[in-house]
Amino acid sequence: MNVLCKRIDVLWLVTLVATGVSWWAGESPLGMDGGWAVGIVFTMSLAKGLAIALDYMELRGAPALWRRFVVGWLLFVILAVMALWLWAA
Amino acid sequence: MGFAVLFSTTVQTIPGLPEESSDAAYTAEAGQPPSGRVDEIRLSGDITMWFVIVLEMFTFGLLFVVYAFARAKDPAMFRAGQSSLDLRQGAINTVILLTGSWCVARGVHALRSSRVNTGARWLWSAAALGIAFLLVKGLEYKQKLRAGYDMSSDDFWMFYYLLTGFHFMHVAAAVLIVAAIAFLVPRRQWTATDTQAPETAAVFWHMVDLLWVVLFPLVYVLR
Repeated sequence: MNVLCKRIDVLWLVTLVATGVSWWAGESPLGMDGGWAVGIVFTMSLAKGLAIALDYMELRGAPALWRRFVVGWLLFVILAVMALWLWAA
Repeated sequence: MGFAVLFSTTVQTIPGLPEESSDAAYTAEAGQPPSGRVDEIRLSGDITMWFVIVLEMFTFGLLFVVYAFARAKDPAMFRAGQSSLDLRQGAINTVILLTGSWCVARGVHALRSSRVNTGARWLWSAAALGIAFLLVKGLEYKQKLRAGYDMSSDDFWMFYYLLTGFHFMHVAAAVLIVAAIAFLVPRRQWTATDTQAPETAAVFWHMVDLLWVVLFPLVYVLR
């Protein structure tokens, strides 16, 4: 097994753990408590999104324009949604 | 940066590339990390698929922000709708899609290493997981429709069916694309360095996964 496959395996486990953390934040009383949960859950989404974009889609080694577009989209959408969520809370 | 470097999907040697680019670059020895001082800039998959991905991401991005804006205007209504969703089903589907992405990535790496049958098995596994996602989602739709929730119930349910339904169609398309590649892989004479078709299917699958990673907390987790 080469280094890239090991990295893919580790990232898969990391994204599963991040999903578990999101689930926990949503199910626990913390999940009903505004800012904390919003921060934790969207941080987990950002981590998963970066793993998918940079490693699975292989944008880490792609022309910068494509990497910046996808990572920028992810950051913009998550920050915009977070801001609207916290504004409504 | 020249036009060719920006859009090329073939291997190019770029001296002085930042260190971050070295991990996912490939040498002519397929599936192997780069060695020595040669780094490469390479876009995985076909350029046309990337333009499709840009279009899809703009569309979904707009829908996500509009959903969050509508929720900000009436959080109580959205909270009531979200409370009737089963977070477990959303989480199970997240695990299914993430595992599918892992299978697709391992499949592409296997094909780059000339392990054709292994690569095809990874891709079939991903397609099966995609079908599992569709079944779980279909079950959820059935439960909600039986409970009387449809697109006309309120704004939350309108957005729920719009966002998840649109995503559902993309998962179905990804399953078909990946299954088609898995079927073709043992029947074509693709070489280890000619993996553009599997890569093109893979980036579409990963985009569908990326969209779900944002959709999952929006609709299921945060109430």
